[in-house]
Amino acid sequence: MAAEQTIKIALAGNPNSGKSTLFNILTGLNQKIGNFPGVTVDKKSGFAKINNTQIEFTDFPGSYSLNALSADEKVLPDVLADKNNPVHPDCVVYVADATNLRRSLFLCTQIMDTGIPLILVLNMIDLLEKSDEEIDVVKLSGELGIKIFTANARDKKGIEELKNSLTEPFEIPKKKILSSEITETDKAKKQRSETIERYKAIGEILKKVVSKKSVGLNSSLTKKLDNILTHRIFGFLIFFAVLFLVFQSIFSWSALPMEWIEQLFSSFSEWLLNTLPQGVLTELVVNGILAGISGVVVFIPQIALLFVFISILEDTGYMARVSFITDRLLRKFGLNGRSVIPLISGVACAVPAIMATRTIPNWKERIITIMVTPLMSCSARLPVYTLLISLVVPSEKVFGFLNVQGIALMVLYLIGFLAAILVALVLKFIIKARERSFFIMELPVYRSPRWSSVGLAVVEKVKTFVFEAGKVIVAISIILWALSSYAPGNRFQKIEEHFRAPEFAQQHTPEELEKLIATEKLEQSYAGIMGHALEPVIRPLGFDWKIGIALVTSFAAREVFVGTMATIYSVGDENNTLSIREKMQAEINPETGEKRYSTAVAFSLMIFYAFAMQCMSTIAIVYSETKSWKWPALQFIYMSALAYLSALVVYQVMK
Amino acid sequence: MKLSELKPGQTAVIKDFSDDDLSLRFLEMGCVPGEEILLERIAPLGDPIAIRVSGYSLCLRQSEAESIIISSVDRN
Repeated sequence: MAAEQTIKIALAGNPNSGKSTLFNILTGLNQKIGNFPGVTVDKKSGFAKINNTQIEFTDFPGSYSLNALSADEKVLPDVLADKNNPVHPDCVVYVADATNLRRSLFLCTQIMDTGIPLILVLNMIDLLEKSDEEIDVVKLSGELGIKIFTANARDKKGIEELKNSLTEPFEIPKKKILSSEITETDKAKKQRSETIERYKAIGEILKKVVSKKSVGLNSSLTKKLDNILTHRIFGFLIFFAVLFLVFQSIFSWSALPMEWIEQLFSSFSEWLLNTLPQGVLTELVVNGILAGISGVVVFIPQIALLFVFISILEDTGYMARVSFITDRLLRKFGLNGRSVIPLISGVACAVPAIMATRTIPNWKERIITIMVTPLMSCSARLPVYTLLISLVVPSEKVFGFLNVQGIALMVLYLIGFLAAILVALVLKFIIKARERSFFIMELPVYRSPRWSSVGLAVVEKVKTFVFEAGKVIVAISIILWALSSYAPGNRFQKIEEHFRAPEFAQQHTPEELEKLIATEKLEQSYAGIMGHALEPVIRPLGFDWKIGIALVTSFAAREVFVGTMATIYSVGDENNTLSIREKMQAEINPETGEKRYSTAVAFSLMIFYAFAMQCMSTIAIVYSETKSWKWPALQFIYMSALAYLSALVVYQVMK
Repeated sequence: MKLSELKPGQTAVIKDFSDDDLSLRFLEMGCVPGEEILLERIAPLGDPIAIRVSGYSLCLRQSEAESIIISSVDRN
């Protein structure tokens, strides 16, 4: 084999076989994520140089058989059958869970019988040693006619031998495991009889190579843990404790790093504004591009933290138990046991939550989870809620300890949750299933998390977010910047001239004047024009054009509402909520002569923010997760409609 | 009898399947006729269930368990 030639290796195996861990060990950080040609299934490939030969590894989705069911599982048989496919491998490295040899050998021998070179890796050999079985590896290698290596996550010795063998010439399996031809014309019947025959053949081989020892340890530990973790009371209590921990940590532990990131970016923007020559280009760089990048980077702490937890929960085998105990409940709403983590994380932020839906195997259940997760009240809604609640809800206590403002906030969170559940129920009947909803799933044995896998999973998720969703976020950020900093014709020039009149300079300090100009400019800008244009549409909700502008600008992110209000009311410092509140409270509706922000308007606005899809990052991540604009578009439409109608009802009933 | 009628701790042998779509999936997961299975546990809300087959734990919904026809094994 020539040294400059790249050898293509496919990694295949059952789910939970440790295939991805082996992939990480073989390739380290030298990985990239793409698509399998022609299908929207994620392809992870990695590179390594072994004995001066360049090797490209492709990690295929875990599956149990070549008889394809889902899009993920179809990839392997399709690629194996197509010699011209760019990822068609020179050799398959098949990873088998040594403690589950019989089932593992099913797919393994199916692949061998296609006539492709195959190397078998018996993984988790350390767990096998603790179990009641013993495998005669040499004999098995002879029976199957292939090379076999043993490996476990901790000991790298077997892996070194495996690596070296990859640069030696590959051998096509000498014999077929399923030799007898089955004469059956019906495809499904043929697959069934083949499956039974194949298991028979595997059974014959295993009789010769597997011997029983004394009783095992690990499965009894799993049994004991399951007695507690799937217990009707403790099971749920522990699950709630885990959820609480996850929720708390993404909510509170990420607050400080997020603050640092924001500070870093704001001082950097300030420095740029002072250093670069004044002009459109500087404005674009600072308020458009840099603001967008900051909006991307600020999510990294939450995404990283959430995926540390999710990887640990997945890796230990606990996630499968969560599905096991919650499936009955969630199935009624078209969801899956694995929808729980995304929904709860949605309370912190919908972006990592939607990325977490990857663990839901059924397509329909995953789409429903993605569609409803943004209804959970995320942390970006909090500043909007606090401002509006403090405006209209008195800070009194009922029953001596319950704060009314606190109750109002809790009710808003509850409304978000109920909406998510109800919309899921509706979608269950609307969205057509691509595949039948199965719940035939392995409950893997518990094991301690492999920290390197956890770390790599976190890096991968952060990279996906930054590069996939990041593009869209920066683009929308630039558009929004342009909308609020440009006006048709010479409107801005006129404003500048108007305020340059001497009487303004006498009445106002330069700072106040600056704020007045900013307010005037925002009103005259394209965003301002859009706000005015929106007014007839949003008047039935009790909103005026000022709120209209805030709706446009806060499309970037909900919390921008507060900042826009600050500009509209010429309050320079957007962190000074008190003065924004005072200004908003003093605002009089010229038509009614009463307060503009009546209770009805404030609640209508809060309900609007509870349901509306005012978040470009969520739209971007839904696009990158579903790989189609259809779902984010539908989501935007249904959430806007829901927000509009609910706010309409609230305002018309309360006014 | 059906797998859905088995009680926790009881063992049985797989006989046949009544659902063609599901049967292939079960077969591939090692649930072949003649294989002994043990009902390990039932989820707290009564559904799904977990069985031990071919040396590992498999969970499935009650509705799916209805499609597996078994004959119970008495061992006391």
